[in-house]
Amino acid sequence: MRKNLFSAVTLGAAFFLFTAFTLVQDSPAQKLASVDVKGLDGKIINTSTFSNNGKPIVVSFWATWCAPCKKELNEIAEVYDVWQKETGVKVIAVSIDDSRNSPKVKPYVEQQEWTYEVYLDENQDFKRAMNVNNVPHTFVLNANNEVTWQTNVYNPNGGVEAIYTAVKAAAASTSAPAPQEK
Amino acid sequence: MKKLLFLIPVALTGFVNNVYAQLPSIGGGQIHGNFQFDAAYYNPDSLINAPAVPEKALSNGFGNIIYTNGKFMAGVRYEHYLNVMQGFPADYKGTGIPYRFATYNNDKLEITVGSSYDQFGSGLVYRSYEERGLGYDNALDGMRIRWNARPGLYIKGIWGKQRRFFTTSPGIVRGIDGEINLNEFFGHKMDSCKAQYIIGASFVSKYQQDQNPFLKLPQNVGCWGYRANIITARFNIFGEYAYKINDPALGNNYIYKPGTAALLQVTYAQKGLGISAAIKQIDNFGYRSDRDAAGVACIINYLPALTKQHTYQLAAFYPYATQPNGETGWQTEVGYKFKKGTKLGGKYGTSINLNYSAAYGLDTTQLHDEATGRLGYTTNNFALGKQYFQDVTLEIFKKFGPKFKGTFLYSFNTYNKNVIEGKIGYPLLQSHIVVFDLIFHLNDKLTFRTDLEHLYTKDDYGSWALALGELTIGENWFVSALDQYNYGNDIADHRIHYVNGQVGYYWGTNRIQVGYGKQRAGIFCVGGVCRFVPASNGFSMTITSSF
Repeated sequence: MRKNLFSAVTLGAAFFLFTAFTLVQDSPAQKLASVDVKGLDGKIINTSTFSNNGKPIVVSFWATWCAPCKKELNEIAEVYDVWQKETGVKVIAVSIDDSRNSPKVKPYVEQQEWTYEVYLDENQDFKRAMNVNNVPHTFVLNANNEVTWQTNVYNPNGGVEAIYTAVKAAAASTSAPAPQEK
Repeated sequence: MKKLLFLIPVALTGFVNNVYAQLPSIGGGQIHGNFQFDAAYYNPDSLINAPAVPEKALSNGFGNIIYTNGKFMAGVRYEHYLNVMQGFPADYKGTGIPYRFATYNNDKLEITVGSSYDQFGSGLVYRSYEERGLGYDNALDGMRIRWNARPGLYIKGIWGKQRRFFTTSPGIVRGIDGEINLNEFFGHKMDSCKAQYIIGASFVSKYQQDQNPFLKLPQNVGCWGYRANIITARFNIFGEYAYKINDPALGNNYIYKPGTAALLQVTYAQKGLGISAAIKQIDNFGYRSDRDAAGVACIINYLPALTKQHTYQLAAFYPYATQPNGETGWQTEVGYKFKKGTKLGGKYGTSINLNYSAAYGLDTTQLHDEATGRLGYTTNNFALGKQYFQDVTLEIFKKFGPKFKGTFLYSFNTYNKNVIEGKIGYPLLQSHIVVFDLIFHLNDKLTFRTDLEHLYTKDDYGSWALALGELTIGENWFVSALDQYNYGNDIADHRIHYVNGQVGYYWGTNRIQVGYGKQRAGIFCVGGVCRFVPASNGFSMTITSSF
């Protein structure tokens, strides 16, 4: 009697979870999470306001103590003007440095002469909301702020070129919902 | 008849999903998450003092799952420690869901129930955060409210108990923080101001029952802070001062002296040049929600070290950890980029960074009043006590050609092992560290990085040499081999090669990494929090994935 009830409940629960999960799976591609971050000018802004007038965006999480992150962003800096001319892409570099190192973000950005939009995520709220585990973690967003591609490692063998391939793909896609990722 | 019982959940499913499908907002939700699995197999090795591990293999793991739907977000984190790996706090035992939350943002008022992380100002008064690599997690279990009351006015409130491994701390923490961006608050009236002015204040109070049979301890301990930030196009000046009333605790030997902390940071930045300077002084500023806790448990605030965070292994050999009972520290760093085409810049430009940081104990006078007032000591805030730490580092980065670039680092490190590690009888250790980090792009599919380091010291374990070779193959593979050799050890038997190899495979946002070899004992720091990792010999594995 108990065994039958147990199997019944398990089967039912599995069925429920399967259909519930399927319903959720039908939802559109991953959207950028809505979290408050701080600009280098001290102003607090919400990430839902990130926009690039319908052109692609690259959101890259980095830190001043993360050597591969800096290598990746410095490598992009060398070709950034070409990227912008060809696709109009905007790179947003989000620093996860905590209050120990966050004062050094602006001096580093200026030293390297980056022209990216840089924000501070000092208590890692945005990092958590985007399920970033380690840095570097780079997302490519299309015109609707939906994630079309992401990577969480700096690959010196064409990793930056791979980001640009994803940017061009995002630029070419229409504003129709992107297919389910993976 | 009994077989038809299974129809009940099916019917329920049909009903619920029908309702579910009719609620347009719920149907638009998304689920995302990330996982990490770590395991290590330990061989006992008496030569390097690698302890015998009765379980032979240990593992830590966690998984985050977050559901988002418009202004609503909810999530859980599952963690397991079966058993906890070497070097992590031993109080992590077993499995559970120590983190779960739900948040809703309702027109500028955001409410979170369950676990939350937050920070007031620079964290001197309150910071709850996680550092998974260290096993640090003081999430607040309670409620957290954030209110953007008017343009530029941000108010935060917290009320709860801090996470303590798989339970919560005995104390209750309550706090409020207000921050005003004066330019946004006063709007057009401040349009002509070229600078941004931001001021803030916070108050936190912790309650913990007094169960001490010998002393009458304050059950409510309040701590408040004031801060101001002025930002112009090139300058950024930030100052924060915090005061804590009497807080006798294990960490300060149960004295009734109030605590103070002050921090001042100034940075200047223009194209090609960045300068930062900071000075801080803390006096009796450990603040925990369990006064009898030690290690990483139940810490309410965050006292960052003002030292350079080194990433090269031998440069990070003797790292500084903030001394909450008292220290004065400062740091200054200058970064400059010689432009390409100039003599020093070369064809691609050259970056140079110079850093100086130091920490000293406070100049205190003991009162010897353990039996009377128990204030402990008095401080002369304008003098310095014992030297704790000093680091002078020069770092130069240069790209030599399209296929070759490198970093050179020199560091002179002074380290008070007695104070920083709680040991006795060591002299002030001094070491010179040199690092060459070279990257060769061999072809489209192969990159080779080599990291050659040398630490020279007459003290402690003597000198070390390190060689690391890392080959990145194609888009998915990397292989590395590392040898740390303690050639300068006074004891001939202890001149050991710590050889370790790693192989990693990654695709999309998945990564599998496996390693084998010896790992030296060392101090592993992230932020101002450090943990001691004992020596080990064996396999290690890490799997991470984010979806």
